[in-house]
Amino acid sequence: MHQNKKIWNPERECADRQQLIELQSKQLTGMVKRMYDNVPFYRNKLKEIGLEPGDIKSVDQLKDLPFTTKTDLRDNYPFGLFTVPQSEVVRIHASSGTTGKPTVVGYTNQDIDVWAEVVARSLTMAGIHSGDTIQIAYGYGPFTGGLGLHYGAEKVGATVIPISTGNTKKQLQFMTDFKATALACTPSYAAHLGESILKEGISPEDVKLRIGVFGAEPWTKELRNQIEKLLNIKAYDIYGLSEVIGPGVSMECECQCGNHVFEDHFIPEIIDPETLEVLPDGQQGELVFTTVSKMAMPLLRYRTRDLTRLHREKCDCGRTLVRMDKCLGRTDDMLIIRGVNVFPSQVESVLMDMTETTPHYQLIIRRENNLDILEILVEIDEKNWSDSIRELEGIRRQIDQNIKSLLGISAKIRLVEPNTIERSEGKAKRIIDYRNC
Amino acid sequence: MHIQQLSVFLEDKSGRLTELTRILAENDVNITALSVAETADYGIVRMVVGRPELAKKALEKAGFSIGLTDVVCVSIPDRPGSLYHILEILTEEKINIDYMYAFSNNDVALAVIRATNMQQVTEVLQRNRMELLSKSDLYQL
Repeated sequence: MHQNKKIWNPERECADRQQLIELQSKQLTGMVKRMYDNVPFYRNKLKEIGLEPGDIKSVDQLKDLPFTTKTDLRDNYPFGLFTVPQSEVVRIHASSGTTGKPTVVGYTNQDIDVWAEVVARSLTMAGIHSGDTIQIAYGYGPFTGGLGLHYGAEKVGATVIPISTGNTKKQLQFMTDFKATALACTPSYAAHLGESILKEGISPEDVKLRIGVFGAEPWTKELRNQIEKLLNIKAYDIYGLSEVIGPGVSMECECQCGNHVFEDHFIPEIIDPETLEVLPDGQQGELVFTTVSKMAMPLLRYRTRDLTRLHREKCDCGRTLVRMDKCLGRTDDMLIIRGVNVFPSQVESVLMDMTETTPHYQLIIRRENNLDILEILVEIDEKNWSDSIRELEGIRRQIDQNIKSLLGISAKIRLVEPNTIERSEGKAKRIIDYRNC
Repeated sequence: MHIQQLSVFLEDKSGRLTELTRILAENDVNITALSVAETADYGIVRMVVGRPELAKKALEKAGFSIGLTDVVCVSIPDRPGSLYHILEILTEEKINIDYMYAFSNNDVALAVIRATNMQQVTEVLQRNRMELLSKSDLYQL
């Protein structure tokens, strides 16, 4: 019997730092040249700061190069930032544009191979290999979740159930009948599936899951605990964004002390979002990626708007790859309410600490008489609610106090019926902000 | 001698109570008693019905959150002082009432009572020869 790999690509994942820097430098030089030669947008940006592609010889020079933003992607919609002719592009993905145009990304055959490789590394990190059956309940389609996980899962030799999102009944039927051992989806959908298993009265022995790989939205450690309990699994965080490649940019190992960034392909930096200066390891700031191996649509210092920290101390798993903390949230998920920074994940952690409520919530922000009003809708627990108004009001007051002590602002807490807050089969709709409408 | 009361959590949205009663009607469930306790945002509907288990199932299927709560239903004469008499007994036994609802007609008054320790309530009332309605008095056959 062959031994399952613990590390998919030890040569890269456990590389010596000096070797890695040499590889990154070589790749960066090539990427900048491809950009300069093929994309007017980048050529102009580099010319503005007086740089020729030949000037870039080392990854140390990255800090002097210009940033790319989501706006740049929109301005060059749809294919303006592709560095290869369309004949070499074998796949296009697009992320739903909640505001305006979608963000479009392209892949060459080589890009698809790299993507499968980094997802294979990720799944191996979580302990998924040949012999496992993985239910991929991420959306298949222009969203990168489904197909991204799919190619990597096939590469490690797992049996793939490409069920995509939605149709919870069928999800549960396939999960039990096909004896899925791993589940990949958004954390909020994982929680929903866990609750549905209870609701449908499915016996825990019929659920064979042991590992979950969840991402595409920020989630708290409290939600992780709840999912692990509901599904009786170990849950891992996979991080990615379509602009960089999709899921598989970074992944948690068994030590669960941050996500290892596959920096041989995606070089991370942390910057101060105001001054744009690079921050030292350990300091929180905005995560920036340079996708040095990408062929169809490489990005130079792409500002993700995700807030996190980087750590370079050696990890017990043996990998030398830099680690990033679990994202606290996106700079654009961050709400400023009465001048206070509020992340939905903070509200989630309050609710998860209480036994009487569910993790299903929604933040509604209005402006009344020039004052921001935050209302938090919280679903009561279907199984565990009291018909005594006194007790319900007690719960409401408790949430109110806990929110106030954590956020420093007061919110109006509204208890709502179970299953009434829009369920995410993809990403949770946590925020409704009426202030700019 | 406990009666199972159906409790329903309802958001303050128009038509929810109508929807609730429609489902009961369609399932041929008779409502014996009903009260609504409301706050600014939500209400709790409490009712004694003829087929509690069936009603619970049908309402849950329609997405309502249902709780079954033990209550007692006391039958007393419809005249001044009879409710006072019962409450006096309960107070002497240091029983705190969480909530109650009552209605009288045709010389008889019915009071639905919920307290934290329902076992004690039943014992005390029976010991004092109060007439408690049983399931068979209320449930549809």
